[in-house]
Amino acid sequence: MSKAVSVLNGAQYSGLAKVEDAGLQGMITLRGDLESKALKAAVKAATGAEVPARGTVSIAGNGAAAWMSPDELLLLVPYEDAVAKTAEVAEALKGEHALAVNVSDARAFFRLSGEGAREVLGKVSPVDFDAAAFTPGQFRRSRLAQVAGAFWLNEDGSFYIVCFRSVGEYVFKLLSAAAHPQSKVGVY
Amino acid sequence: MSTRLAKHGRLIDRSKQIDFTFNGKRMKGFAGDTLASALLANGQVMMGRSFKYHRPRGVVASGAEEPNALMQLGVGDRYEPNQRATTTELFSGLTAQSQNHWPSLEFDVLSINNKLSRFLTAGFYYKMFIHPRPLWKHVYEPIIRKSAGLGAAPDKELKDADTYEHFYFFADVLVIGGGVAGLQAAKAAAASGAKVLVMEQNNHWGGRAPVDGGTIDGEAPEVWIEKTLAELKAMDNVTLRDRCMGSGVYDHGYALGYERLTDHAPGQGGPRHRLWRVRAGQIVTATGAIERPLSFAGNDVPGVMLAGAMRDYVVNWGITPGQKVVVATNNDDAYRTALVLHDAGVEVVRVVDTRETGGGALMEAVREKGIRVELGRAIAKVKDGKCVTKVAICAQNGEGGAREEVEADAVAMSGGWSPVVHLWSHCGGKLIWDEVNANFRPDASRPPLNQDGEGFVVPAGAANGEFGLGALLEDAAAAGAKAAEAAGFPAKSVAAAKGVSEEEARMEAVWLMPAKAEIQLRMKSWLDYQNDVKVSDVQLAAREGYESVEHTKRYTTLGMATDQGKLSNINGLAILADSLNSEIPQVGTTTFRPPYHPISLGAIAGEARAEIFQPVRKTPIYDWFDKNGADWEPVGQWRRPFAITRPGEDRHAAVNREVKNTRENLGLLDASTLGKLIVKGPDAGKFLDMLYTNMMSTLKPGKCRYGLMCTENGFLMDDGVVARIDEDTFLCHTTTGGAERIHGWMEEWLQTEWWDWKVYVANVTEQYAQIAVVGPKARKVLEKLNAAAGGGMDVSKEALPFMEWRDGKIGEFDARAYRISFSGELSYEIAVAASEGQAFWDALMEAGKEFGVMPYGTETLHILRAEKGFIMIGDETDGTVIPQDLGLHWALSKKKDDYLGKRAQARSHMVDPDRWQLVGLETVDGSVLPDGAYAVGEGVNANGQRNMIGRVTSTYHSATLGRGIAMGLVKHGPKRMGEVIEFPGTDGKTYKAKIVDPVFYDKDGEKQNV
Repeated sequence: MSKAVSVLNGAQYSGLAKVEDAGLQGMITLRGDLESKALKAAVKAATGAEVPARGTVSIAGNGAAAWMSPDELLLLVPYEDAVAKTAEVAEALKGEHALAVNVSDARAFFRLSGEGAREVLGKVSPVDFDAAAFTPGQFRRSRLAQVAGAFWLNEDGSFYIVCFRSVGEYVFKLLSAAAHPQSKVGVY
Repeated sequence: MSTRLAKHGRLIDRSKQIDFTFNGKRMKGFAGDTLASALLANGQVMMGRSFKYHRPRGVVASGAEEPNALMQLGVGDRYEPNQRATTTELFSGLTAQSQNHWPSLEFDVLSINNKLSRFLTAGFYYKMFIHPRPLWKHVYEPIIRKSAGLGAAPDKELKDADTYEHFYFFADVLVIGGGVAGLQAAKAAAASGAKVLVMEQNNHWGGRAPVDGGTIDGEAPEVWIEKTLAELKAMDNVTLRDRCMGSGVYDHGYALGYERLTDHAPGQGGPRHRLWRVRAGQIVTATGAIERPLSFAGNDVPGVMLAGAMRDYVVNWGITPGQKVVVATNNDDAYRTALVLHDAGVEVVRVVDTRETGGGALMEAVREKGIRVELGRAIAKVKDGKCVTKVAICAQNGEGGAREEVEADAVAMSGGWSPVVHLWSHCGGKLIWDEVNANFRPDASRPPLNQDGEGFVVPAGAANGEFGLGALLEDAAAAGAKAAEAAGFPAKSVAAAKGVSEEEARMEAVWLMPAKAEIQLRMKSWLDYQNDVKVSDVQLAAREGYESVEHTKRYTTLGMATDQGKLSNINGLAILADSLNSEIPQVGTTTFRPPYHPISLGAIAGEARAEIFQPVRKTPIYDWFDKNGADWEPVGQWRRPFAITRPGEDRHAAVNREVKNTRENLGLLDASTLGKLIVKGPDAGKFLDMLYTNMMSTLKPGKCRYGLMCTENGFLMDDGVVARIDEDTFLCHTTTGGAERIHGWMEEWLQTEWWDWKVYVANVTEQYAQIAVVGPKARKVLEKLNAAAGGGMDVSKEALPFMEWRDGKIGEFDARAYRISFSGELSYEIAVAASEGQAFWDALMEAGKEFGVMPYGTETLHILRAEKGFIMIGDETDGTVIPQDLGLHWALSKKKDDYLGKRAQARSHMVDPDRWQLVGLETVDGSVLPDGAYAVGEGVNANGQRNMIGRVTSTYHSATLGRGIAMGLVKHGPKRMGEVIEFPGTDGKTYKAKIVDPVFYDKDGEKQNV
């Protein structure tokens, strides 16, 4: 739908790493019993992905599921499918105690790539980004300087970063400042 | 006079000359100089004036411990006061100014304080200025602030030109200090495979070892240092950072490092300082030791220096602080300085050693050079002045009589060495007194403890009280291995490097020189240079009954300056112990607190400045408002338009226009910031019945109900409209500021008290752009949008009655429309996906043109609700107000057994009929009551103040009614309708207002229900 616009409308910055508005992304908050068969099936049906282990994201061809807490997942689906998929998940879990809600528009979504990506994120998030400590597929809810944020590492060394929509501009500027070309730390 | 030597200077590059200025005077130094060494090279021994007496002062140390040589560095937006010359690397164009003098360093009017010093003793301020009270504020304090104090504060109009940042890092072992002990410890720890981070405060590695000599593995220390550095650099599990000071050690292995990236090259780009926020499994403190001054009269005259520092200046920077030097010592180490000076061609006039029996091999080596060594002797006095000229020598074991005077222009003093135990102590590491070396050293049996109750700091080398090169390296290797093992890496045995240094004879503890110095000498014997505290001050404090070292510290200000008593601590408490006839370990030390050394505020703030100082939350319509005249106000972290002004219009005119237009035509409000919480589950109704004061479980799907939330103490905390989505699902609106707070409140109850209730909560506040479409023409604009799209939601009164909601299409948008009104007008609050929020807003503005649409801001929102007598959380409530105070009894369910706050509201004070209650207030003359004004009653209270009977909670000019309207809480208010009460303003006027019903407009609610 052309009338839907992501927070930074495709903005980019290149420094130690490349910071990009990654556009509109379908996201569903799913709360429920992560051990339940029905939930596992519903996640698989909606995303193609398995229910992830603690602290990880499981990625499939056209969707993913990320571990948010012992009773919460973040499902990633194409933006245009989010409303329908939310309804499907809710329908599949009818009778179970669960909550599926579309939060696609409540979020800003960034990609951070390039050699400096670990260091840039290490300036704003109190997480160990050593290659041995943070590996592809790991997913963390943490903070980005003064706001809440979550991120995961892709096989290609880039990060996807999720934050609340209202602070999207703050996070973009924060990451851009941290990626200042003359601010290389040189440890990763 | 100090000067540059033809040889020596391992840290300087004589081929690279650097220009700088000091007090406007052009000077030259070399690459590798510190500001202190460069000033000495230019013959500038005097570098500032003292804090209290304005005595001339020179540099006394060579590193971070320096108390005297504080400078104002830089100009304009890079100006910074109180920077140590000893830790400032010289760079081209450096501009330094000395501090604490007027009109100039050479001639300082306030040095009269020096003459008055017998009246300015410890506790002087407390004694003299306590009465009469007003004189302190208006006379004494301004004068003292002018005469005392360090560098001038930066211009408040200027902003720091530099940027700063934080960096989070994780290590198994953090080694603080890159001297030979630190390097050895790092090597031992790294061999186990542990991830090691080493921080060194200087821009060069190896610490004092290259200056102090000896051999490591049979070679000069430099050779081993280079080799070890290369080995460490080659290891993947080791990170080395220089110019990075270990600043503080905190709970759970947290430590701060202060990295100075561009202080030596301002303006080169990139952050100036980086604050390393490190989580370490174990921390090795290889922080070395600091030499202690000797307390003799005139020990602060420029040219008097620590012996080790003097040695540093010769060896590191090729500087001699004088041409004729007296060395005073109680230990063998200072003889190294005599040897270094002699080797550099400087005349060592005399070595005075307090020990009757003298020293060992080092003393013999000095004697062999033909230098006169006197045993059992002391310095009685250094003649006052801007530089050392004469030194009087006497017996140590006397009062200072029978002096021999010698000519000299510099004095090297050594009172022994104290381990730098600060970082060990920051988090609770305890100390023991070492009789042999007369110092406090870490008590290995009482380390700071981590979350598991295990020690997490291991001291190493000189910082652990090990001074001989051999013992020091062995201790460091053991410390590194121990730390790695404690961090979970089985130790690999790494042989310590073999260090050999001269055997040293035992030192003698000397706290006063001479031992029985008469009072005139003690009054000139400085303990704390930076705060001008003398031996006599501490003795006076003891005589006046100050027995605790912490009290004495505060009374005398000993150790309270920016150097935190790095030089003065042990000397001061030894004098105190002596005065109290106590032992030093019994008196103990003051508390060591981080940071070890002052760090910049910029480093603490990190990236948080300018645009990213604070996150500003923006709704999807933010940019549109910003382009269209928004007059912004902060609401929590959100920015909301107070009003949307037109060209040439002020905010008040805009508000009046918006109010009228909304009542008469069509207004649009961006209500996206209102909290929206989804509450779902079989127990959701039961849960909301507990949270809200009224009944929510009986609400039918499709309908809305206004509800109040109270704390368990009964006080109102939030309000909002609840919509029932389906049997199991509710959507709860909260106030703008309440979204996160109420979400947390719900989770807390669900997770701690009602953990077995089946309820999930999700905060979907930001999923929606929510637009309030308000005014008599609200329905028309929606119908027009629907007509243009060829269908859509039926928004008629019958299909969508007041206090109901529907899902459907509004125009081309998937929307949820709520028939709720906070204005008293026909009103729809319409939620669409946030990503489509701007497009929806644009559509409403376009379609609304023919109906006179105008956006309105928060002030209009407030006025519209006040005209209707609707309360606002935060205005009518302040954490002490219960619903009953606001006449909201109708919203308190009597059918429910319980809700949060119910029992509290039955407490005697809560049912007291004297509680102030909500009323409307109408000024007699139509003016606007001042916000927050208090109403006064008869008589006065126990404090002689007028009795208060109420206060204004909301007050506005109502454009609708053409007069001021207000709400307030008034004692017995509802029973006093029609009475006029008085509100004295802060402007001297008294405002009179009549008590009226709080609903000023459309009391029957006909307008919203059409």
